[in-house]
Amino acid sequence: MSTNEIKISAKDVQVYYGETHAIKDVSVDIEDKTVTAFIGPSGCGKSTFLRCINRMNDTIDVARVEGEIKLDDEDIYDKDVDPVQLRAKVGMVFQKPNPFPKSIYDNVAYGPKIHGLAKNKAELDQIVENALKRAALWDEAKDRLQAPGTGLSGGQQQRLCIARAVATEPEVLLMDEPCSALDPIATAQVEELIDELKQNYSVVIVTHSMQQAARVSQKTAFFHLGNLVEYGETGQIFTNPNDKRTESYITGRIG
Amino acid sequence: MEDNHIQSVFDRDLERIQALIMKMGGLVEMSILDAVKSLATRDEELAAQVRENDRKIDALEEEINEEAARIIALRAPTASDLRTVLTVMKISANLERVGDYAKNMAKRTSVLVQMSPIEGSAKSIRRMGQEVESMLKEALDSYFQRDAGLAQEVRQRDVEVDQMYNALFREFLTHMMEDPRNITACMHLHFIAKNIERMGDHVTSICEQVIYLVTGEMPEDSRVKEDRTAFVSMERDG
Repeated sequence: MSTNEIKISAKDVQVYYGETHAIKDVSVDIEDKTVTAFIGPSGCGKSTFLRCINRMNDTIDVARVEGEIKLDDEDIYDKDVDPVQLRAKVGMVFQKPNPFPKSIYDNVAYGPKIHGLAKNKAELDQIVENALKRAALWDEAKDRLQAPGTGLSGGQQQRLCIARAVATEPEVLLMDEPCSALDPIATAQVEELIDELKQNYSVVIVTHSMQQAARVSQKTAFFHLGNLVEYGETGQIFTNPNDKRTESYITGRIG
Repeated sequence: MEDNHIQSVFDRDLERIQALIMKMGGLVEMSILDAVKSLATRDEELAAQVRENDRKIDALEEEINEEAARIIALRAPTASDLRTVLTVMKISANLERVGDYAKNMAKRTSVLVQMSPIEGSAKSIRRMGQEVESMLKEALDSYFQRDAGLAQEVRQRDVEVDQMYNALFREFLTHMMEDPRNITACMHLHFIAKNIERMGDHVTSICEQVIYLVTGEMPEDSRVKEDRTAFVSMERDG
């Protein structure tokens, strides 16, 4: 069914938080132009693994990552890779909307500015407009670009964070429970957006909502106790999973 | 999957819908047996009862569909839970059809008792009906026990029903050619035999659903079909 190219290839990834072995031997190929959902109970390692993909775990002193993660055949843990450059390519959206205490415009313009993506003000304006349009926020925000981002509603703030993430033209977008703080309407808008984003990006989403995983993703990976238990087509995982643990989890039999 | 859900109301919902299938299955089995019995014993009252009984079967199918829709809406079932709900809906639809055939047989029986009996036919039809009823019983057992192996066995038994039907078809043809006065009765009897043969197909379909429920996949191998009456010609061979 899926014929997309492999965007991210992880091999035998181990993550330790001090003594705790949080991710065990995870190998997975994540496709380009595809939404991949990571599901599993709390503490199963799905967010930890997600954070490995843009080296967010570097910021945690006790965290240690082993194994290999390649983005387009380039080892992202190579000494020569600058994590800041990597994170421009691999954007991230968090659980709680976290706009900077700046204007809507500056929130989106910040990334392109520091990465030097715009030669002049006109170009920067264009980048901001495009990003807000892609995040389906332009119509609501175009008349108040100088208003503070924190003044938006929760759903709008989350879309602002998505606009901020796409403004740097990332290749991969990581989303850690992007809708858990949103109401159903805002959730539907973000899900619609995710579906559009997959035309250009590889999107990886961590979610506790099984229904959300089923709705938005084409591939689903089930994590349990630090292991990647099962990875496959979302349709197959939700109708006929291969592993008993996956079955128990998605049908609500283990927590 | 025997483990219970964390949400126990979900288990109760699924149990309830399965209990309805069990009840419906029981009624349909009884209808088949009563229909062929009423024909064999020329019991008009029993035939009327079969027709009356079909209302209960139809009502149960409706109840099962409503319950299934409610479970889908409220519980968003996945994996084996989803397959259970889908299977329940298909099984109840198949049972409803089998019930209709039994009702149709009973209608024809009410007509047939007004005519002189065709020798031996009611007995053969009763045997055929009993065979289908026993298949249905085992098909439903395979469902309740989640036994794909048993479902597969029952599925293959439909060949026997098809063969019985072939034999009856030839028999009726012979009777009709021997004496045109037999035609009306034999036409009714033939429809009854055909109804039973169709019941067998619905039982087979139930078995296939059970295999899907247990394995997640519909059986791929095509089952042997033995209904050859489409190829029988009217020519009398010496």
